Parts: sequence; C-alpha cells; structure tokens
Amino acid sequence: MTYHVLSLLVEDKPGLLTRVAGLFARRGFNISSLAVGTTEVEGLSRITVVVQVSGLPLEQITKQLNKLINVLKIVELDSSQAVEREHMLVKVRVDNSTRSQVLEAVNLFRARVVDVAPDSLVIEVTGDTPKVEAFLRVLDPYGIKEIAQSGLLAIGRGSKSISERVLKN
Amino acid sequence: MTTESTPVPNPPARAAAGKATSAASAKAAAEPPILTGSGAILASLERLGVTDVFGLPGGAIMPFYDELMASTAIRHILVRHEQGAGHAAEGYASSSGRLGVCIATSGPGATNLVTAIADAHMDSVPMLAITGQVFSTSMGTDAFQEVDITGITMPITKHSFLVTKPEDVPGVIAAAVHIATTGRPGPVLVDVTKDAQQKSAPFIWPPKIDLPGYRPVTKAHGKQIQAAAQLIAEARKPVLYVGGGVVRAGAHRELLEFAEKTGAPVVTTLMARGAFPDSHPQQLGMPGMHGTVPAVLALQESDLLIALGARFDDRVTGKVSEFAPGAKVIHVDIDPAEIGKIRHADVPIVGDVREVLLDLLPAYDEAVAAHPSDTADWWTRLKTLKSQYPLGYTIPEDGQLSPQWVIEKIGELSGPEAVYAAGVGQHQMWSAQFVKYERPGAWLNSGGAGTMGYAVPAAMGAKVAQPDRLVWAIDGDGCFQMTNQELATCTINNIPIKVAIINNSSLGMVRQWQTLFYEGRHSFTDLNTGHDTVMIPDFVKMADAYGALGIRVTTPEEVEPAIRLAMETNDRPVVIDFIVSRDAMVWPMVPQGVGNSQVQYARDHAPDWYEE
Repeated sequence: MTYHVLSLLVEDKPGLLTRVAGLFARRGFNISSLAVGTTEVEGLSRITVVVQVSGLPLEQITKQLNKLINVLKIVELDSSQAVEREHMLVKVRVDNSTRSQVLEAVNLFRARVVDVAPDSLVIEVTGDTPKVEAFLRVLDPYGIKEIAQSGLLAIGRGSKSISERVLKN
Repeated sequence: MTTESTPVPNPPARAAAGKATSAASAKAAAEPPILTGSGAILASLERLGVTDVFGLPGGAIMPFYDELMASTAIRHILVRHEQGAGHAAEGYASSSGRLGVCIATSGPGATNLVTAIADAHMDSVPMLAITGQVFSTSMGTDAFQEVDITGITMPITKHSFLVTKPEDVPGVIAAAVHIATTGRPGPVLVDVTKDAQQKSAPFIWPPKIDLPGYRPVTKAHGKQIQAAAQLIAEARKPVLYVGGGVVRAGAHRELLEFAEKTGAPVVTTLMARGAFPDSHPQQLGMPGMHGTVPAVLALQESDLLIALGARFDDRVTGKVSEFAPGAKVIHVDIDPAEIGKIRHADVPIVGDVREVLLDLLPAYDEAVAAHPSDTADWWTRLKTLKSQYPLGYTIPEDGQLSPQWVIEKIGELSGPEAVYAAGVGQHQMWSAQFVKYERPGAWLNSGGAGTMGYAVPAAMGAKVAQPDRLVWAIDGDGCFQMTNQELATCTINNIPIKVAIINNSSLGMVRQWQTLFYEGRHSFTDLNTGHDTVMIPDFVKMADAYGALGIRVTTPEEVEPAIRLAMETNDRPVVIDFIVSRDAMVWPMVPQGVGNSQVQYARDHAPDWYEE
C-alpha cells in the first residue's frame, strides 16, 4: 500500500465535496486525510487529499476525478518537491509535577500552548506528518485527553502555481 | 451526433415557435424578454432544437407543464410511468443520434427515472432529464415529495444541476445539453425548484456557458497515430475490436473504409451490433460470453487488438488475466479513464473515434508502404473457424417453437432498415445473434446495465424519432411485464410499434444458469405465462385491453403470417405472443469467471483449441 498526496483545484459549487468523496468510495480508494479551503481566486477551492492506493493504479482515480465537471486540475505532489503541513490541537493531562516536562517538549517541537487549566494544557503543533506523530509519542505518557487534527496541506516548492495555467486557458 | 465542442448547439430554424419564442422576437434584441423559469426551460429547449420529450407531470413540475401545453414546437408524449419516459428518451437518442429528453416531478417521479438514467450512463446515451423539485425554501425539511435527486443520481449521471433561481435556467439547460451530447455522451439531470419555475427573470440567449473543467479531447496526438499505424501494418493477427463508441461517434463509414484497407477481421460487441455490416466477409460477429466462436477465438489468438470505442467489459473479456494473452493493444476512446482501466494499452489514443480513424487512414497507407501487411495465414485460420463453428441452434425436443428461429424470421422479414429493441436476457442474446444488422442505430438494447423492461419504451422512443421505420420490441415474457404499460401510451399517441414476446414462461437466462450451474434447481424463475401453464397474464387479452392487436403464435406455420400481419398493421400497436420452448439455451457460452478459451459451442462441446 502506498500513500499519495493529490491537490485538486475545483470550482466552489454545491455538492462538490460529495462528488469528490463519493467517487473515491465508489471506485474503491481510501481517503486517509482531506483538507478543503478557498484559494487566491474567487470561486475556486483547493482540496488536498491523501489517498491510500493498493491494487488499482492511482492513474485510474485521477482520470475519474478529471471527469468531474467541476474539477479543473489535479496535481500529484511529491513530498520531496512540496511543503507538507498538518495542524493539530492536543489536550494533554498535566499536574504540578509534569507541567514543566510537557512545556519542555512543547519548546523542543516548537509547538505552542494555547490554553492552560490546572490539570490540562491545550497545545497547538504544526509540521509534517512524522513531526506531528513524534510529538504525540512524546506526550503520550502524560495522558492525551483529546485531539483535533486537520488534514494534510501541501503546496509545491518554487515559483510555479497550479492555478496559473488553469486560469490562462 | 456531433462531438465537436461548440459552446451552444445551433437549433434548426423554426417557423412555428412557442409563445416564449414569439415573445422574444417581438421585442427588440437589446431588451431580453422577461420569462418565468418554466418559460425559460421551454424557450431554451426550443432554441436547442428539441422537438420531442417524454414525461409525466406532478406537483413540483406543474409550472413547466403549464408552459409546455402551449408549445407548438415540442411534442410531449405522456407516459404511464417515468421509467418509460427515461427508456423512451434512450431509444429516441440511440436510434437517431439526437438528444433524448425525459421529464418528471419531484420525489417518486424523479426516483422512477433513476433506472433509466443509470442505464443511459452505462451505455453512454445522450440524455437530458428534467425534474421538478420542491420550493427551495422547503428543501431539507423532508417536504412532501422531496428527495435529493441530484444526490441520488450523482454516481449515475455525467453531471447534475440544481436550479433555484430563474435567471440560471438558460445557462444550465444549455450547459446540460452541451455536456450530454459532447465528448463521451451521457445523461445529465437538471433539477429545478418550483419557485425557480414560477419566478421571472430576463431570458438571455444565447447564454454564456462557463465550464472551465470540461474540455473533451477529440483530436488525437499525431505521434500515437503513427505508432498505431505502424503496429497495425506489422501485425500478423490483428482484430478490430469495435464497441458502442463507434455507433455513438457515427464512425461506421470510416470503420468500413479502414477495415477494408487493412483487411483486418472485425468483431462487433453487443453495443456495436450494426456498426459494421453483418453481411461483410470481414465480420466475425459478436465477441464475449455469448459471442460467436470465431469472434471469441479471434480475440484470444490475436497479436494485436485495435479497440475502437470499446471498454473491455467483463462480459467480453471473461477472466481478464487470460484474455487475448498474446495481443498488444491499441485502445482508442474519447474517455481517457477507459484506457488502461481493465487492460494495459500499448498505444493509448484519446480522441473521437471518427476523427482518429480519419487520421489513421493515411497514416496506415504510409506505414504499410514501408512494411507490407500479411494476414493470409490469419484469414486461413479464421475462415476455418467460421465454417466449423457457424452460429446455429437445434430444434427443441419438446415440440415447441424454437425462439431463435422466431427471432431469425422477424429479422429476415423486417430487413436491415427496421429498428430492433430488445429487453434483457436470452431473447436479447438471440436478437443480437440471429437478426442481421447492416447499419448503426438498428439495434437498441440495455448492454451495460442489463435493464429488464427496456424494450417496449425504447421501441416507443425510436418510433417517435423515426416514425417511418418499422420498429420491433423483441421482448421476453419477464421483461414485458415490467414496462408494458407504455402500450397505452403507444396506442393513444399513435406510435404503432410491434412487440414480439418470446414467451418461454420463465426468467429464461436465470433458468439457463440454474440448469447449467445450480444443478437444475429452478428457484423462482417460473412465470406461468407460457405453454402448459395458467398463462397469467394472457398477453393477447392484455394487448386487446390496451387497444393493440394481439396475436398468439404456437406453431411454425403461424409464425410468418403473424409477422406479416404485424408489419401491415399500422393503425395501432401489435403484440405477438410467441409461445416458445422453455428449454432453449443461448449458445455459444463462456461460463462466468473462466478464460475465453473455454468457450463452449454448445452444451458439453468446446471447439478445438488452436495449436501452433
């Protein structure tokens, strides 16, 4: 099984996300992460999807996605040629004896404390998937109470832009 | 049908236009007329050249029906069930190459269209489905007759639109028709809320169609064309594997020219029967599960498949890993997603198959000049197969009529200019095998979806599109009971189709599988309509009740006179109840899940496998 990061430039139309998500399910592809947001162009959204591929080639899902009328462009982002980030909020159990150790970990990972309570901290961490996973492993012994995690975001390195060529046509 | 990407299809000039159109011309061009949303639907359809629609009104589509009543440019055929409207639109489109249009109300009206929409999606039929929707203010509240039909049809349409504002109507209808009829054709659904139908807005025509994500490729890369021509010239055992795309693209003339130039044998899939003349010496027949032995084995033994608008369906390939093991593949399709989906393509060509063939013709001339083609040995082998394993059938032992013979007779007497629509099952396979097709559009059937009940409404649609043609629905006793209500539509609207019920008193194809693969345990496949049963319903009385001519045929002597009487009767529909043997089976057959080399010519009789 392999993971691929796809970036989709789509028209911001009602039901678009259902069309995209439904296509993955119907054709037997697993989405392991999904992030949707606006772009620099009004009316266009960007979907970043991490897809698990086993058996069927990735090409089949990109070709099927391309057939959706509201999908303008699909790019596979190679992690060596792209910046990838996940964003996570973690609520971790602390007491007077563990707080300073947790804060030390927060500093080491360049994370941030965004909420403090007598018996817990909410920590914000940003990074690529291995970093976020490593941070969680460090916090685990203290007791993780809750996690809220975004989908992976990715953008190609260098000056090229995926929306440029689409808009020129 | 055109596959060029014109933004808005130009309608033919029309003298008698509807009230919306005359209102439009009366006013100055600078000032667009104010129309209701429903008036805009009608005006848009008229301007797009739509002349016939099939539908059934209900609450949420009533504003549109009120407008439709006044139209002189559009003939509306009131069906008895929305599924009938859907299949009629399919038959209309498949026989003529024009867009088929069906209309239904919200809720159950819309869901009744679903089977036909799915069918059109599988067989790439250009179809526009217009549905009414509850008021936009009621959507999401489980209002009376509310269903999310755009959601339901998402996986089975090429695209779907929800319209909640009258000003969006012209743009959406024009875009929907553009999407349905260009590229790989398919069904498009437009759901219009009742308030969008009632409210008014300026009607601006032609509308701006903004589809930045839709650009079908019709012209292929020159390099790929050269590569394909080279492979074809070098091949010793080429086969032209022709699919329904050739029919949809109107590429039959180019195919004939290319086939004759290359001398390659041709197989025509279930969806492509008629794309290449059956009378042609290069025609090997239909490939696949019930294909001819020469067609099946030609693909198996080939060294080059030239797939034209075909999609390597499992009913054609059998076990994919054993399909045509020694063949390279040139795959031509307008849908890039079909290429490489099932079988790797050595030369993938994305494009309209007609344009691709036009490019291939000169390219092949060049390639073959440098490398003369030699298929003499191949033809020796194929001619042996053709003479050893012609299509045939045995006369049933129970003394009942042979269904294959009846179907063959219908084809013989009606000729290649007639239209033949079949249901799904044994009678469909026999109709594909034993009627001789010489032109595209003569054969209509539900190939991909396998929708029982397709025949009667599809025949009705074909007869509306081409009133001067003789149109047969060759149906089964099971299929006929699913959609025969449209006989009322045919009688009332003077659409004199002929229905031949191949009545074997059972769900015959399922029964055949039960006989072959389930130890003869005929579980719930007996329909009690035929010989030696209670005959419920009585199809002749049923025909009579619908105002059609009903004829029962039980002996060979009655067959020809009954067919002739049906052909002469044009003041009402005709239903012939052919009581046939229930034990007849469809042969040849490749059992499911095995390689095509296991094709059986008849029960327990496999052909000799070619040994080099």
